[in-house]
Amino acid sequence: MTETLLKMRGVKLEGRSDEVWTPIINGVDLTLAKGEVLGLIGESGAGKSTLGLAAMGYTRDGVRISGGSVEFDGIDLLTASAAVKRGLLGKRIAYVAQSAAASFNPAHKLIDQHVEGPVQHHVMSRAESMADGIELYAKLRLPDPESIGFRYPHQVSGGQLQRAMTAMAMSCRPDLIIFDEPTTALDVTTQIEVLAAIRDIVEQFNTAAIYITHDLAVVAQMADRIKVLLRGDEVETADTRTMLAAPTQEYTKSLWAVRSFQRPVKPSVSTGAVPVVSLQKVDAAYGKVPVLHDISFDMHEGRTVAVVGESGSGKSTAARCITGLLPPSDGQILLDGQVLPPDYRKRSKDQLRQVQMIYQMADTALNPRMSIGQIIARPVHFYLGLTGSAKRKRVHQLLEQIELEPSEYYNRLPSELSGGQKQRIGIARALAAEPKFIICDEVTSALDQLVAEGILRLLAKLQDDLKLTYMFITHDLATVRAIADEVVVMKDGHVVEQGPKDTMFKPPHDPYTELLLSSVPEMDPDWLTNLLAERGVDNIGDAALDKM
Amino acid sequence: MIWFAVGLIVIAAVAWGFRFAGQAATRQAPYFRDMPFGVAYGYILAVVALVWLVWAYVQGHSADPLVANKFFFLRIAVEGFIICATVAWLFRLAGRSIGTAWSRKMFRAMPLTAAFGILMILIYAFVAIFAPWLAPYGQEQIIPGVAANIVPGGDPALGGDPAFPFGTDQIGRDILSRLIYGAQNTVGIAFATTLLAFFLGGTFGFLAATLGGWLDQVLSRAVDVLMAIPSLIFALLLMTIASVWAPRVGIPLTVFMVLIIAVIDSTRVFRLARAVGQNIVVMDYIEAAKLRGEGMGYLVFKEILPNATAPLLAEFGLRFCFVFLTIAALSFLGVGIQPPLADWGTMVRDLGSFVNYAQFAPLAATAPLLAAGAIAMLTVAVNFVVDWMLQRSSGLKE
Repeated sequence: MTETLLKMRGVKLEGRSDEVWTPIINGVDLTLAKGEVLGLIGESGAGKSTLGLAAMGYTRDGVRISGGSVEFDGIDLLTASAAVKRGLLGKRIAYVAQSAAASFNPAHKLIDQHVEGPVQHHVMSRAESMADGIELYAKLRLPDPESIGFRYPHQVSGGQLQRAMTAMAMSCRPDLIIFDEPTTALDVTTQIEVLAAIRDIVEQFNTAAIYITHDLAVVAQMADRIKVLLRGDEVETADTRTMLAAPTQEYTKSLWAVRSFQRPVKPSVSTGAVPVVSLQKVDAAYGKVPVLHDISFDMHEGRTVAVVGESGSGKSTAARCITGLLPPSDGQILLDGQVLPPDYRKRSKDQLRQVQMIYQMADTALNPRMSIGQIIARPVHFYLGLTGSAKRKRVHQLLEQIELEPSEYYNRLPSELSGGQKQRIGIARALAAEPKFIICDEVTSALDQLVAEGILRLLAKLQDDLKLTYMFITHDLATVRAIADEVVVMKDGHVVEQGPKDTMFKPPHDPYTELLLSSVPEMDPDWLTNLLAERGVDNIGDAALDKM
Repeated sequence: MIWFAVGLIVIAAVAWGFRFAGQAATRQAPYFRDMPFGVAYGYILAVVALVWLVWAYVQGHSADPLVANKFFFLRIAVEGFIICATVAWLFRLAGRSIGTAWSRKMFRAMPLTAAFGILMILIYAFVAIFAPWLAPYGQEQIIPGVAANIVPGGDPALGGDPAFPFGTDQIGRDILSRLIYGAQNTVGIAFATTLLAFFLGGTFGFLAATLGGWLDQVLSRAVDVLMAIPSLIFALLLMTIASVWAPRVGIPLTVFMVLIIAVIDSTRVFRLARAVGQNIVVMDYIEAAKLRGEGMGYLVFKEILPNATAPLLAEFGLRFCFVFLTIAALSFLGVGIQPPLADWGTMVRDLGSFVNYAQFAPLAATAPLLAAGAIAMLTVAVNFVVDWMLQRSSGLKE
């Protein structure tokens, strides 16, 4: 029988909002054996991060532990004195945050931050800890481990920074590490190397871990056991393989089912049809730095073109060229066969109306001081000149189209809406202009899977009803599979490959497309192991990209 | 000095004992167990300070005038604090039970400081508007047969006069009437000036943030140049020029003063508005509005301004006080509000020398402090209200 390391019994957490304490976690049990990895999954707001922090006996400001017990290796963390906790945290329990970029102090070198823990806890001397850090960097397969620690956080890439943070968590050889969505902000190709590195090092030092994520495929690779949370309650817990093969609860099944959404294939475009939007040999640059090189592709009526690529591939820049925010340095953009003026300020009101945009972060895309009614009414009034009751009627109609009850939402502020609802308002604002063409810039990447699926279904329905054309910018290939008709793969400002979805997802591929496709985590728990065996440990992530 | 050090050490010892006793009495409750020594020290220090305050207040009521005089101002401060707190509490209580559902809800969530601030501003506004009816005498009226420098307080035994509760100034004018008219002159002018400064600074600041490019460069560098000149000396210089001009053009000097201070202060507002605006114009909703083809007016007033109100309001509270003090300073130097118009700054200057008598004749020394207190009270009140509004607007974002 393995030894129990962490035992949480009936843990209740409350959060303070508007002077009232409301429950976040209503009594969750959690047991973790030494060396075991537990995956904690759930949607945002399920309380998984809060629970992860509570496992350290810690809460964020405005959150309190109102009941239950947290026992770490026989020490009750909730009643332990501050001095005892100081001795444990960092030394025996470590934490890896979601955004390594925001968690490192930008003013200090990586290694200096690395040695802080061991020196503070008298585990190692500074020199020993530095040597150990370099060893850990090597184990985590960071390039150039001897010298990478002497760089500042902004001088290394996101994936490398996340691994440096894992190394830092490992610096005291803790018994327990809490990973809070460590790969969510990373590209798929980078994600693999972080996953592989974390898995190796956790195995090697027999560290127990709580792995918090919303991505099922990722958790399938990492965890021995999975616990599903829903609004502060545990839904079910089971071994990874059992859970994946046969989830018992309805909610878990629905999570599993999300990835099955797929639109029927549309007939191919008849030759000679005029594309709604056409990019012809577009080059663009930020100042003197060229970003796009000779981009050409067409988007036809009623179809969805997915533009895929990693961050920095130029896919959002292409969208900025189409909207006219970044006038191309060469080439032209056609709308319905007519050349569009490169700068949006030179376009006519009607041309502006035809091209609408939905943004990734609904939070920043809606003016927080305007009510939903005002936000949607503005384009209705601005483009179509509707006023008074006609305007109001149209806004109601739009709210119905995006499946929100008009009477309930008309007067609300964006802050009173959930993430998915905000994104729907973004869609309604785009629709209000009655456009032909909508650019969807990573519209689902900030959303939970269930919510994201709802948005995708809505977009698909609207496309069928209104004959809309979508340019769908994303890095998530599952989304592409679900919604796209045609796919454009971009890398470093070039179009690597383009074509209908069916042919794109079938071999033979361009090597980069192949790399992208094979890097998307699958639900099979052996996927990562198999992939690593296939590609070789040294041929993933940045290394694989460099070889191309 | 040695006694001071001994006192600190005694407090430290008592604090340690306090924490120890707490731990023993509560059987190591986490609150006492994890209490840092600094917190325990703070508790004991606060108790000592409170005891001293009560002792000093009692001393202020002593029959021996020499002792009582020493603690006179402290006594007034304590009594004033209690009266203000009570009045604010009553005001909030009234607000909670009278008025519309909306205003009742607002008062229910209002801290006492904000209630005090609102009440004070209301009183100031009332006094400023109805000054001619409220003031018993005219602001420049030298009342025949009345002595100069009557002590405030209205107690004949101490050299006061019940007909002049706040006393008279150095040429025999009623201080109460001058304070009331001063509200009209000083507050009114300061308010108008601050509004103008915000209109100028805010508009140009947002324009610079939205348009960027050469306009931003030109405006920002012009503002840099203006800010490089020490503001009071610059204002003084311009006021001197204006005082020559004003009679020729036939425009009152006060108008020039408002314009000059507004322009100088608008540079600070410009900086703030531009910085805040720059953070807002990078938001996606601004991009969406630009792509919609919205004009500059809509962008600035509908999209940017509502999101910039919180920092601008905070600045307004502060700027109002600075403008106020600038006017007082200019009046003090003789180029601001011209006598015989009553102005609080001028009043402080004129009666200022009485402060020297604070030791043995505290009532005489209060004469200049009345106007100074009026300035201070309004400053505090405005900042209380602004703080509260900020808290409310930031609460909305959650």
